[in-house]
Formats: sequence, C-alpha cells, structure tokens
Amino acid sequence: MKCKVCREPAVIDIRRHNANFCSDHFLKLVRDQTQKAIDEFKMVTPGERVLVAVSGGKDSLALWDILIELGYQADGLYIGLGIGGYSDRSGDQVRAFAAERGLKLEQVDLRDQYGYDVPTAAAVTKRVPCSACGLSKRHLFDQAALRGGYDAVATGHNLDDEAAVLFGNTLRWQTEYLARQYPVLPARPGFPRKIKPLVRLGEREMAAYCVLRGIDYIVEECPMAVGNKHIGYKEALNAIEATSPGSKNAFYFGFLARAVERFADAAPAHAEAGDTAACTRCGVPTTSEICAFCRLLEKTAGAEPVHLTIKGKRVGA
Amino acid sequence: MQVNLRNPNRTMNFDGPMSIVALLQKLDLNRESVLVIRGGTLVPGDALLAADDVVEIRPVISGGTS
Repeated sequence: MKCKVCREPAVIDIRRHNANFCSDHFLKLVRDQTQKAIDEFKMVTPGERVLVAVSGGKDSLALWDILIELGYQADGLYIGLGIGGYSDRSGDQVRAFAAERGLKLEQVDLRDQYGYDVPTAAAVTKRVPCSACGLSKRHLFDQAALRGGYDAVATGHNLDDEAAVLFGNTLRWQTEYLARQYPVLPARPGFPRKIKPLVRLGEREMAAYCVLRGIDYIVEECPMAVGNKHIGYKEALNAIEATSPGSKNAFYFGFLARAVERFADAAPAHAEAGDTAACTRCGVPTTSEICAFCRLLEKTAGAEPVHLTIKGKRVGA
Repeated sequence: MQVNLRNPNRTMNFDGPMSIVALLQKLDLNRESVLVIRGGTLVPGDALLAADDVVEIRPVISGGTS
C-alpha cells in the first residue's frame, strides 16, 4: 500500500477517497480538509478568536490541535460533567494537552459551580443523560464565548456525527431539526456563532490523526452514552459504508446541497422572528419566562447526588 | 499474536501470521469502526501481522447526541 501523493509506504487507507496516505500526507489532508470546510462555509476568518469546546476525546483535541496548526487563535473550554472517574480522566487528558502546548484553557465544573452533575440531572429530569449534558454544554459554551469576546464556538462534530444526526432526524422526519443542521450557525442576539470545522472528516480519520500526532485522548466511551441511539445510527451507517464507500459523505453533503433549504419553513420561529425575551434568571434570550438551563438548575437544586449504575456497577467509577 | 481490545479492555491471542482483514473478520469488526495500532503507530490495511506481534484494536465510534 503506497501513499497516493509520494508513493512512500502508506499508513492509512481512506476508502471513500479510494486513496492511501503516508503519515505526513495524511496529516496534511486532514488540515487541508479542515481549512476547506472553514472556507466553504465561512466559519472564521483570520484574526477572529475561536473558543474550542474540548471534552478530552479524539475529535475536540484533534480540532484544537488542527486550528492551532492552521494559525487560528483558539482557546479551550472544558466542562467537568461529574460522570465519575470518566470525567476525572477526560479532564486530565485536556489539562495535559493544554499544558504541553502552552494553550489557554478555561474550566467549568458543574458540581462545584452549579451544584449538579449529569447523572443527577438525568435522574431528576427523568430524561436520557445526553439531554441534560447537551443542554448544559450549549448554555455554558455560549455564555463563556460571549463573556470572553470570542467570535465563534468550535465543536469537534465530524462527518460521522453529522451523518448520524441527519439519519436519526430523517427517520423521524424531525423537520425543525433538519432545517437547522448546518455546519455553521450564525451568531444571533445572545448566542455566538457555532462552527463544526471537522465535517469533511470521518471519525476514523480523527482517531488516526490523534495516533499519528501523538495526542493522548480518552479512548473509553462515555458510560452514559453506551448503547444510545446515536451510536446505533453510526454502526448502521458504517455497515452501509463498508459495502458502499462514500455513502456517508454523499448522504450529508447531498443533504446540504440539495435538501436542507426545503425545510426552511420548519425552522424554529424564534430563530427568524426574534420573538424572544430575556430569561428572568440569567438574561439569555428564551421563548419561555425562564430558560431551559435555569429550569434545570431549579430542578436539580438540593437534589442528592446520584450514581447511576449499569448491571449493578457504578457508572464512571 | 496478542490482540488488545478496548471498551471493555480485554486481550485475545491468535496464531499468526494473519492479515488485518482476516483478523477483523475473525473478530466480526467493521474496518470503518476501528484502527489497528502496533508499536504506537497505525498498521495499514494490507499488512500481515506476525505471530509475535502485539496489536491494539481501537474503536473509533464515540458520542452522545449533544
């Protein structure tokens, strides 16, 4: 197996490109594809400041590394979610990554600063853990970006993430979600711009990038996400990809090119009409009197910390 | 060869030599969903693994829905 570019021995094959790459040319491909996504979707321009949402996983640490390599001003924000040992280990990975490279890292701890953690929020709200986790992260990343004067919040969502979300939304024809599934969401009052610079790169490529760059990331899966629908969708799409390389890319980018605009009428009204008011607690724009994050704070206030278990074993220990 | 698998961590042993494709078929794993790592770097898909190799099969699928 030889590199498509230099004919030296290859270390990875990318079947949807029908090409193999050596380490150097693979790393260049990843950076080029990230820059292409940034340019194509007008995510950031040189000189703008980016806040990277870092979890300790492969995608967010790779994204931070790539943005720095490409010359962007990128700082990190890590949120301690309180998922037992899993959160402890992921926080350690992020802090080590930032320290080794001399990067600026802001940290927030849900339990210490807001009095709850994700397992407790999931139990109190009786919803899947990913719901409280996503709500908390979105609110805190938005607020940190606005407070810090950042131009955009960057997340490590990759092609597999976006294709899986699209797959799930299409299965249930969730048109309001389909209408806003873009790799960039523009800033609006009270909310920073959101960008996903890794949408042109697959999950396997991001893991390979970390291995080849020597980036130590948390390989273990979030114990609260194990077996969730999203992972099931990814496995289903990978089964299709194995026999038809390029399917995920065609599905997602075909949607962006030829379908997403058809759902524009289903976009949430507040995104266009601006019929929001300030949350009476924290001031962020909301369609209710109290925003979803402050309602979560209200529900979890004083709740005994819970430790969810799977098959009798404490989650995240 | 020694094969280290993750999530959960476990070790399996196989007779070598064996191709990557054959190993992944034995383990019923999709190549799209894993990387094969030996000595800290990637093993290309057409490589032949030796009887005394120690390799890691690392899953790449992750994620909640946020």
